[in-house]
Parts: sequence; C-alpha cells; structure tokens
Amino acid sequence: MKVSLLAFGITKDILGGRVHEIEWEGESTVSGLLSHLSRQYPKLEGLASMKVAVNQEYVDASHPINPEDEVVLIPPVSGG
Amino acid sequence: MQQSDLPFVHLTEDVLSADACVSMVQDDSCGGLAVFIGTVRNQTKGRAVQRLDFEAYAPMAIQEMERIVQRAQDTWPIAKMAMHHRVGTLEIGEAAVIIAVSTPHRVNAFQACQFAIDTLKETVPIWKKEIFEDGEVWVSAHP
Repeated sequence: MKVSLLAFGITKDILGGRVHEIEWEGESTVSGLLSHLSRQYPKLEGLASMKVAVNQEYVDASHPINPEDEVVLIPPVSGG
Repeated sequence: MQQSDLPFVHLTEDVLSADACVSMVQDDSCGGLAVFIGTVRNQTKGRAVQRLDFEAYAPMAIQEMERIVQRAQDTWPIAKMAMHHRVGTLEIGEAAVIIAVSTPHRVNAFQACQFAIDTLKETVPIWKKEIFEDGEVWVSAHP
C-alpha cells in the first residue's frame, strides 16, 4: 500500500516534514500504517496519544486505507 | 475583511477581536452573553514562555469547530454563537481563541461557553508549540 500522509505538530518534527509518501507491506488499514511508522520512527511510540484522520474524519485502527485517501497523523491536540 | 463579514466559525492568522465576536452574537432576544478568551500565558511551570506557535489541519479544524457549535445549539437555546481561533505566531497576552454565545438566560450562556472550549481542546486538530529562551515544546505531546 502507498498513500500520501500529512504530519502535524510533533509528528511533523519526528517525520521530518509535513507531506510524505508512505509505502508499506501488510494490512491496508490504519493499524498497518501505524505499525510501519512506529518501526520507521520509534519516537512516535513516546507520544501521549496518536489518532489518524482519513478524509478529514477521525477513524479507528481497523479502518481501511485506500491509495487516494487523505491520511493525516493527529498527535495530542493543544488548541485554545 | 470587514468585521461584519467574519464567519461565526473562523480560523485565521489575523489578530482576533473580542468586540467583533460580541457584536456578532448580540441578540435582542437574549438576556445573557458569555465570552471566553484564551490568551497566551507568560510561563509554564515556572519556565518563561517567549511566544507560542499554533498550527492547524485547517479544513478539519473548521469542520470540528462547526460540529462543536452545532452540538451546543442542539443542547442549549442558543441565539448565536461565534468561535474564532488564531494560528501562526502569538505573543504573550494575545488571544488564541475567542468563544462568544448569547442565550435567553445567563446559565445556558456559561454552560455552552464552557462546553465549547473544553471540547475544542479535545477534538479540534490544532497544535501549539511553546517557545522558551532555551528550547521549544509541543504542548501535551508527551505523557
């Protein structure tokens, strides 16, 4: 599976930029993506939480990912 | 942008205006108008903050802010509600967020305002980085 991924907040620093092309073997789901990212970027494991938005909606770990989806890493939010 | 043209839910790099938010929600049917202003504090745990940098996943942030306003309107008898959030670099004392709400009776204005800021802090994809003299920290990122 291959998708374009946007990273915000601290994930932008950990991944080294806002926009990424991510390719991984295995499940085409949010959990498959996160497993791959955790191996590539171990610092992600240290965060207080990690959500993923697909096409501007929060989704859970089992949510499928398609190549054309807009996938965004949402580390702990801190607006306000 | 003229103040009168501002949307009720607004994400902007421009300086926020409490006067504009109050004017937007003022309503003759209402006896209560509550305003919450979240401002940039000069210290965190005794460490001097120099400024804050805010960034947002803008389309989803606006959508989530609109959902909060809708949920508040579904819960309380709200006449009008405004939620403005700023992004970019903010100096000490500047407003990062302003929420204003008008209701027939004051208790609901307080309730809706508190609900809105509490929920914003949980669900809206906006992040702030505190800049110190000797470093910087993404707020809440680590346990």
